[in-house]
Amino acid sequence: MIIKVGQGSCGIAAGAGKVFAALESEISSKGANVGLETVGCIGMCYLEPIVDLYEDDTLMARLVNVSEKDAQAIVNAAESKDLSPVESLKITEEDEKFLSQQTRIALRHCGIIDPDTIEGYLSTDGYKAIEKVLTTMTPEEVIETIKVSGLAGRGGAGFPTWFKWNAARQSAGEEKYLICNADEGDPGAFMDRAVIESDPHNLIEGMLIGAYAIGAKEAIVYVRAEYPLAIKRLTKAIKDAEEKGFLGDNILGTDFCCKMRIKAGAGAFVCGEETALIESLEGSRGMPRLKPPFPAQSGYWEKPSNINNVETFANVPWILLNGGEAFSAMGTENSKGTKVFALTGKIKKGGLVEIPMGKTLRDVIFGIGGGIKDDKKFKAVQMGGPSGGCIPEQLLDTVIDYKALGATGAIMGSGGMVVMDESTCMVSMAKFFLDFTAKESCGKCVPCRIGTKRMLEILTRITEGKGKEGDVELLTELCNSIKDGALCGLGQTAPNPVLTTIRYFKNEYDAHINDKKCPAGECVNLINYEIDTDACRGCTLCAKKCPASAIEGTLKNPHAINTEKCIKCGQCINVCKFGAVKKS
Amino acid sequence: MCCNYKNSDLSLISSILEEYAEQKGSLITILQKAQDVYGYLPTDVIYHIAEKTGNTPAKVMGVATFYTQFRLKPVGKYLIMLCKGTACHVNGAERIESAICEELGIEDGDTTEDGLFSLKCVACLGCCSLSPVMMINEDTYGSLTPEKAISILREIRAKEENA
Repeated sequence: MIIKVGQGSCGIAAGAGKVFAALESEISSKGANVGLETVGCIGMCYLEPIVDLYEDDTLMARLVNVSEKDAQAIVNAAESKDLSPVESLKITEEDEKFLSQQTRIALRHCGIIDPDTIEGYLSTDGYKAIEKVLTTMTPEEVIETIKVSGLAGRGGAGFPTWFKWNAARQSAGEEKYLICNADEGDPGAFMDRAVIESDPHNLIEGMLIGAYAIGAKEAIVYVRAEYPLAIKRLTKAIKDAEEKGFLGDNILGTDFCCKMRIKAGAGAFVCGEETALIESLEGSRGMPRLKPPFPAQSGYWEKPSNINNVETFANVPWILLNGGEAFSAMGTENSKGTKVFALTGKIKKGGLVEIPMGKTLRDVIFGIGGGIKDDKKFKAVQMGGPSGGCIPEQLLDTVIDYKALGATGAIMGSGGMVVMDESTCMVSMAKFFLDFTAKESCGKCVPCRIGTKRMLEILTRITEGKGKEGDVELLTELCNSIKDGALCGLGQTAPNPVLTTIRYFKNEYDAHINDKKCPAGECVNLINYEIDTDACRGCTLCAKKCPASAIEGTLKNPHAINTEKCIKCGQCINVCKFGAVKKS
Repeated sequence: MCCNYKNSDLSLISSILEEYAEQKGSLITILQKAQDVYGYLPTDVIYHIAEKTGNTPAKVMGVATFYTQFRLKPVGKYLIMLCKGTACHVNGAERIESAICEELGIEDGDTTEDGLFSLKCVACLGCCSLSPVMMINEDTYGSLTPEKAISILREIRAKEENA
C-alpha cells in the first residue's frame, strides 16, 4: 500500500508536515513495506491533515483530521491491509459528498499525484496534450479548439481566451511573450496557489500550448512572493521538465522552442492588472499603462504579449486532449466549462470547489459547503474580492455564469467565495474592502487615489457612529465617479463592495447613520455590553476574564459592567455559561 | 540621509550585482536578494544598487517603497505576518491583532524593543480555510483565537529565554 499525505500550504499549516514526519519515522523504525508519498491539496481544507491509503491506483481509505499520534495505526493498517485500526479516522459519507458533487478539470490531479516529481504527472496523460499539439496541430487549430471550448479568462474579467491568443498570434514580430498571472492578490482566493502547489506540470503544459499558439519562445510565471511553497514546487517542476525535454530547444524533437522562468512578485494587488504586471516584470513600480495599445500589440518590453491566469492555463491540456466540445458541453450559454471557487468564511465545509458553470450559489454554499457554521443564519456571500460584491439571501438561486453574476452587481472574479452570517456587519465589510483598495491603489490616477480614500473616510465615520444624513447619497455619487474615471480595473471596480452593500443592505447603513446602531453587533463604537442581573449567578468568571477590569461584583451576587471602562472585547459574553451577558 | 544610514558591508551583494546588474528589468529581483542578505534594505545599499544598475536612487527607492515585501527598517528575529484577508476578517482577525499588539506592546509595522518580534499585517496568506491565520517566519498557525495567538508568542519567547 501507498500512504499519501496531502501537503499543500493549508495542509501543512494544519499539521500535515508533522504527520508526514511521524509516518516516515514509523515506517523506517518498523522497516514496514509500505510506500509514503507527498501529494498536493485535495481541497477539503476543513478536514486537514488528510491521509489517503492507496492499493495500486485505487483509493482504499481516506483518513481525515489525522494527527502524529495516529502514525502507528496508519502504518500498521497499510502494512497488514487490515483497515480496522483506522476505522475511526475514515471520512464520513456526508463529507465524501463534498468531492462527489464536484466536476474536476483544472483541479483534476490535485491531491492525487506527487507534485514534486514529473513521474506523477506523466502517469496521468501528462504532456500528452503538448505532444498531440506539436505533432498534429497548427497554432491556428489550437486557437480554434480553444474557441470551440468557450474557455474564458478565469482571473476575473472573463475575456475569451482564444481572442487574446489570436490577437497575439496576429501581431507582427518574431519576439513574443507568454505570461502567466499567478499574482493571486484577491484576499479570500487561493485556487491558483493550490494548482501550482499540487499540479505544477499541468500549468507548465498549459502554458507551453499557449506559447505554441501565439508563437512565443519565452514564458514567464509571475508568482506572488507570499507563496513560497508554490515557487519552490514550480521551480523544481520547470527544472524537471527541462531535463525531460519538455522545455527548451526543439521540444519533443520538433522545431518548437520555449523556455520558462519564474518571477517572484513583491506584493502589490494592482499587479493583477495585466499592464501593471508587465511594469513589475520590467522591474518598475507596478503602475498600469493606458490601453490601447493592448499587451497583445505592445506588452513586455513593448513586444506582443499574452497574459492569462493560472486556472485558465490549467484547463488547456484537458481541452486539447478531450476536444473543445467536451468542455463547452458543460456550463451555460455564455459561460462554458467549470470554475474553481475557494469557499471560506462562515461555512461548515470550507475548501476548493470545482463545479460546472450553471450551478446555483445555493448548490455551492448549502449543497457542497454544508451551510453556515454553527447553523447560524446566512446573510451574504462575497464574490470577486475587492472588485466584487456581496450577494444577499434572496439571490442565492442565481446561477454561476459571468452574465448572471454581473447582473447582481458582484462579479465572477477569480473565485473567492466568502460566506457571511448574521454576525457580519455589511457596512464594516464595505469599509474592510475600501481600506484594502485605498492602501493598494497605485496612486497614478486621481479618481482611485483620492476617491477610495474619501470613501474610506465616510465609511469609517459611519461605523464609528458619526455618520450624517446624506452620506449614503454621497457614497453613491463617489462610487459612480470612480467607476467612470479610474484608469484601470482596480479603481473601476473598487466601488462594487460599497454599491452592492448599499443596494442590498441599505437598512444597515440607515441603522448606523440614523439610530447609531450596528444590527450585526460588530461595530464596537455602536454596541454596549450589559449583564442581565436575573440570569447572572455571580460565578465571577467574566470579572476574572475581563482585560480592562470593567466588571464589578462579588461571588454569588449579580455582576455589573462599568461601560466607561469597557473596551468591548466581548470576552465576557464568550465565557458566560448562563447567557447573562447581553450585547445591544 | 535618513536615520537608518549606516555602513553596510556592500561586498555581501557583489555576487548578486554581478549576476543581475546588467540584466534588463531585474531591479526587483536584486532588491529581493539584497533584502535576503541584510534582512531589510539599508539606505546605503539602495544607493549602491542604484549606482551599480545605472538607475537613479529615486527610482530604486520608488520601487522599494511601492511593494509591501520591501522593508526599510530592520525586522525582529521573528516576523509575525498576520493575515487580514477577507476570510480572516470575517472570522475575527481584528481581535487577534489587538491581542498581539497588547501582548507585545507594539503596533502593526513595529518591532519589539528586544528585537525579538516584528508585526506585519498582510493582505492574504491564502490559507483561508484555517482563518484566522498568521505566519511566524516560515511557520503557519491557523484557527487562531486571541488566547492561542498569545500562547504561541509566549512559547517562542520562553524558548528564546532558555536558549
